[in-house]
Amino acid sequence: MQVPRAEKIVGSVLLAASLLTIIALILIIETLVYESLFFFSRVSIFEFLFGVEWTVLFLDKKFGVVPLLAGTFLTSSIAILLASTIGLGSAVYLSEYASPRVRSVVKPLLEILAGIPTVVYGYFAIYTITPLLKSSVFPDISFYNALSAGIAMGVMIIPTVASLSEDSLYAVPETLKHAAYSLGAKKIQVVFRVVIPAALSGIVASFILGLARAVGETMIVAIAAGFRPVLTLNPLEAIQTMTAFIAQVSTGEAPHGTVEYQSIFAVGLYLFTLVMLLNLIGNYVVRRWGVRVS
Amino acid sequence: MTSKIEEIDTYYNIGYVITTLDLSVKYGGRYAIKDININIPRNSITAIIGPSGSGKTTFLRCLNRMNDLISKAKVEGRVLFNGKNIYDPDVDPYQIRARIGMVFQKPNPFPKSIFENVAFGLRINGVKNREEIERRVKHALTQAALWDEVKDRLNHNAYELSGGQQQRLCIARALAVEPEVLLMDEPAASLDPIATARIEELMIRLKERYTIIIVTHNMQQAARVADYTAVMMPDEDGVGKLVEFGTTREIFTNPKSKKTEDYVRGRIG
Repeated sequence: MQVPRAEKIVGSVLLAASLLTIIALILIIETLVYESLFFFSRVSIFEFLFGVEWTVLFLDKKFGVVPLLAGTFLTSSIAILLASTIGLGSAVYLSEYASPRVRSVVKPLLEILAGIPTVVYGYFAIYTITPLLKSSVFPDISFYNALSAGIAMGVMIIPTVASLSEDSLYAVPETLKHAAYSLGAKKIQVVFRVVIPAALSGIVASFILGLARAVGETMIVAIAAGFRPVLTLNPLEAIQTMTAFIAQVSTGEAPHGTVEYQSIFAVGLYLFTLVMLLNLIGNYVVRRWGVRVS
Repeated sequence: MTSKIEEIDTYYNIGYVITTLDLSVKYGGRYAIKDININIPRNSITAIIGPSGSGKTTFLRCLNRMNDLISKAKVEGRVLFNGKNIYDPDVDPYQIRARIGMVFQKPNPFPKSIFENVAFGLRINGVKNREEIERRVKHALTQAALWDEVKDRLNHNAYELSGGQQQRLCIARALAVEPEVLLMDEPAASLDPIATARIEELMIRLKERYTIIIVTHNMQQAARVADYTAVMMPDEDGVGKLVEFGTTREIFTNPKSKKTEDYVRGRIG
């Protein structure tokens, strides 16, 4: 049978569109690797990965990425801690306890959180969360600090965690719940011993994808966490994350071709690898542990 | 109305484990089943047969209060279990379900190990002693004629079992909590003939210790396993009614009602 011309054209346009995304990905990786190679011709990989001082913008330059990694780790941990507890809590509530009416109101509201521009979260962190923390529990907290940025990021990724977890909780078949009830289980036992374990792969995946978003998030930490690349795990101090460093340098702090300019590609490559690993783990968890309930 | 004591005298002592009195269920405003009166004798197999839409499953789910889980369902009338109405306000439905077990149409093991599937009912009912759990899991699997097939892989996932094995696992899971009554909702509907035959053999063996009520579409199955048979049919408004109840022999050879006769001869449904 002959394929009509119009369909052939549509087909190739669509093919081109999907190829373009792949090409974009390849180009990004290519750029990251290419510029990083220059960087690593001047700085040893060992110093980069394990050095504990990052003074790229000073005269005495040290290229140890650990302080930036620690900054990212700190803010992301705070974010995922907050988002996993609140996100999973709301997911369990929405899927198992809320009446259909409440569900139909709360779920869209929760998803609005995901639509708020991250720059708003950044200022929310500085002008609302930090003063609140300062006046209530931490009078010594810095103006820029990891805690507020982490909390704001946590709020930002709650919808990711809640929505994905809720999907997998909701997908647990009624027949499994009925089996548990028929053995004399109470609601709370059904939820905690049947529904959550059966949905665990989706829940863990939602945590990992939420974490990946936190690790890659830039605007909130650039605004609220500071530009202070020191190695600390104290969340009340100003720090700098990998993403915030890239943002700082790429907005004009370093001339093209200098080692500090090239360092952002090395940091970017590292970050890219981390986020990609997290996504791969997330996908693996879904496939490997996925609920095999027909 | 008879007093509680009289009810016990009337039904319990003469060997009925479950008695329903004018049992009706409404979904929304509409009756799904209406005015079902039946006495289920102890240590027997009672089959409930009838065409689709006659309310067999709805009826079955009244007997262990599973209809409570459907918010639109409203149950009227009484279900006496050992003489006590299980819909009385002082009755704990969770306890009722532990004493009246259920096996479902499709095997529905939990995504857990074979052992944990059977141990589940024990754990949620507060059994903590490990040896006791192991002993009762073994006992239940033996009763369900599954022990020899799974004893070397108790920690494997239940989904590795075949459909027929999964269904026997679900029976073992229900037996582990030592119920008095086992409700089975078309337990062989999704199984092949060999697996079905095994479930049927198992049921006949289990009736020494349990009372079994089975819903089935399959009239041959009812004829093979059941001591008593209840025939349900929808009336002209689509409301499920009990048309006839008697020994399986009577129902299949000498039915009193024309409707039953037509149905068991294959002329309806």
